[in-house]
Amino acid sequence: MAESKKTCELFDCGHRACGGCGAALAARLVTQAAGTNTIVVNSTGCMEVFSTPYPETAWKVPWIHSLFENTAAVASGIDAALKKQGRKEKIIIMAGDGATFDIGMICISGAFERGHDFTYICYDNEAYMNTGIQRSGATPYDASTTTSPAGKCSFGNRRPKKDMPAILAAHGAPYVATASVAYPADLKQKVERALNTPGPCYLQVHAPCCTGWGFEGEQTVAIAKLAIETGLWVNFEMVDGKVSKAKKVVRKPVEEYLKTQKRFRHLFKPKRQDAEITAIQAIADRNAEKYGIDIKLKKE
Amino acid sequence: MMRITEGSHAVAEAVRLCRPQVVSAYPITPQTHIVEALADFVANCTLDAEYLTVDSELSALSACVGASAAGSRTYSATTSQGLMLMAEVCFNASGMRLPLVMSIVNRAMGAPLSIWNDQQDSISMRDCGWLQFYAEDNQEATDLHFIAYRVAEDPAVQLPAFVCFDGFILSHTYEPVDMLTQEDVDRYLPKFNPAEKLDADDPISFGMYATPDYYLEFRYEMDQALKRSQEVIVKAGREFGAMFGRDYSALVECYRLDDAETAIVAMGSVCGTIKDAIDEMRNEGKKVGLLRIRVFRPFPVAEIAEALSRMKRVAVLDKNISLGSHGGATAIEVRDALYGSAIPVKGYVLGLGGRDIRKKDIKEIVALCEKGVGDQFYGLRTELI
Amino acid sequence: MPLAVGCRARPGKSRDNRTGSWRVFKPLFDHGKCSKCGMCQTLCPEGCVHEDGEGFFDPDYTYCKGCGLCAAECPKEAVTMKQEEK
Repeated sequence: MAESKKTCELFDCGHRACGGCGAALAARLVTQAAGTNTIVVNSTGCMEVFSTPYPETAWKVPWIHSLFENTAAVASGIDAALKKQGRKEKIIIMAGDGATFDIGMICISGAFERGHDFTYICYDNEAYMNTGIQRSGATPYDASTTTSPAGKCSFGNRRPKKDMPAILAAHGAPYVATASVAYPADLKQKVERALNTPGPCYLQVHAPCCTGWGFEGEQTVAIAKLAIETGLWVNFEMVDGKVSKAKKVVRKPVEEYLKTQKRFRHLFKPKRQDAEITAIQAIADRNAEKYGIDIKLKKE
Repeated sequence: MMRITEGSHAVAEAVRLCRPQVVSAYPITPQTHIVEALADFVANCTLDAEYLTVDSELSALSACVGASAAGSRTYSATTSQGLMLMAEVCFNASGMRLPLVMSIVNRAMGAPLSIWNDQQDSISMRDCGWLQFYAEDNQEATDLHFIAYRVAEDPAVQLPAFVCFDGFILSHTYEPVDMLTQEDVDRYLPKFNPAEKLDADDPISFGMYATPDYYLEFRYEMDQALKRSQEVIVKAGREFGAMFGRDYSALVECYRLDDAETAIVAMGSVCGTIKDAIDEMRNEGKKVGLLRIRVFRPFPVAEIAEALSRMKRVAVLDKNISLGSHGGATAIEVRDALYGSAIPVKGYVLGLGGRDIRKKDIKEIVALCEKGVGDQFYGLRTELI
Repeated sequence: MPLAVGCRARPGKSRDNRTGSWRVFKPLFDHGKCSKCGMCQTLCPEGCVHEDGEGFFDPDYTYCKGCGLCAAECPKEAVTMKQEEK
């Protein structure tokens, strides 16, 4: 790591992301890992908006805005065109969780079923951030958003996070993985692996949003780490539909993660909601069980 | 070579000859025979294209957008409900100035659900910035595809185009069609080679967003491109005529209009019936003529105003209606083209949902128009209302 | 400057937007404490932390938004945030 490697910055300065933006960091890391021989297809959302207000573009690779729901379909067309033209550029889709988990389902399902050659990267900030922090299928249980607000008779979002990796693995995606901006080297490795795996690959990147989740921009990486350390986010890989690897942790109680963010504040103030915190802990425990992430400490 | 061909098959063959590299297809009545024929061509190696059986019309056009942006000529076809499902992408494609060509096999819009012909679908999309061609018969439906690609891809235009022809009436009907050869088409339609495309060697951001400081001007430029396309269509149509003997340089066709007193204005297959009716009415001494609109977008305002300038009255037939407005789109736009003249224009909404239009209906409409009666639905089954 | 057909652009223009003006706090890099790990450069969402000839790192203040990620994540606490004097 002390090696002074000239990093290729393909996501330029001057973009309009919030200071500390997890998605902007993801865009930088992904394009670094991908290199210049890449075409990026970007859905409507924070990333598209903060990176391309005409005439300013932050992208130094070929890039196209698809619209909101159809990024996978546009990428399918590019894949077909490149095949016909005998070109070798890699296709990367960058789409938020709203574009991916919700409105994009038709197009994603079709594209994965047809087996196109691309890497679909979902930058998951767990809500429709660009439009002002509304609930998506990726919003975690009990998170407060503007359309699932906590209030006198509500604890926020009542549904668990949709399991997109499993859905796409079920489509036969040869490589599916989750990653986090907290572990950039791991993220880049997974991007490279996906790019080098023929067929439709999916990478879901946890990209904490300081504005939407309610924390200071400098904590983006720390909070992303806590998500993993509490088991609410698991970094794993699936090869041909089976979990092949998952990042192991010495687990911390979910509370340590929840209390860092305003979107979970209602679980602590004005009154501590033990039942809700217990329910969230159960989600983390189930994740731990499912992916085998608990480091078993040897007893001397 | 002249062959009796089903409309869909003729169009599929024309598309094959245009050498699209990417075809994306979602089935919908009455377009299915086109996309099936194309699939057959690919399966038998007579069309060298990537054929995507996409998951929806939304994906169908989106795939074309991606492929075209990446530098490939594309093709898709749809109708009615499918066109509406991809409506967002239609606006996107024209705004991104991608020269897509798509067949619209005209069909009524639901609800009530209908698989039969009218022109509501493409007419409802007249604002989206695509060129719109309307074919009278299968020969024209075939030829207009060659012309559409040529015009859309012209550097002065760079806009997508709909080639519209009536569902079932044309698509599923066998007519004699003179098909060009591959050599013919290769001579007429150059290889698609856009100046800008998604290309790692020359990275460009496509489809950025525009703040209020820029948006108006982008839309102005699109409107200008549509207006410029008229010249390009005329030139391309004239060259087609010079090379192959069928001239398409006219944005409108005048049939026995020179000395007419009553002009009927219409688009599409009904014009064949109208021409027959006109011949009969002429034999009876009535001075009737037809103004057939071949190019609806860009709307040929000057040509229409010119052609109708000496008429005593105008009867506009619309197989569409802007519900709640004064009538069908063609009547409203023709009236606008004639603004300032004293010529009475009456609109007739008919044939919706596939209701047959016969010669006697045309004659009745002319009679109504002569009496100054119009701006109504024609042919209502009064026992039902 | 006439519009680009189709609302397109080639790279470079985002640099016209000098996001350094957003800053409230400014990161100060102490090379004395720096172990040259490069984490600050890796984690900067702007990509505006650059390596000098000796392997140390500095931000480009033209674009640095002052988010503080570099300071928060530096393993040697070599970066501190100081309120901008305006």
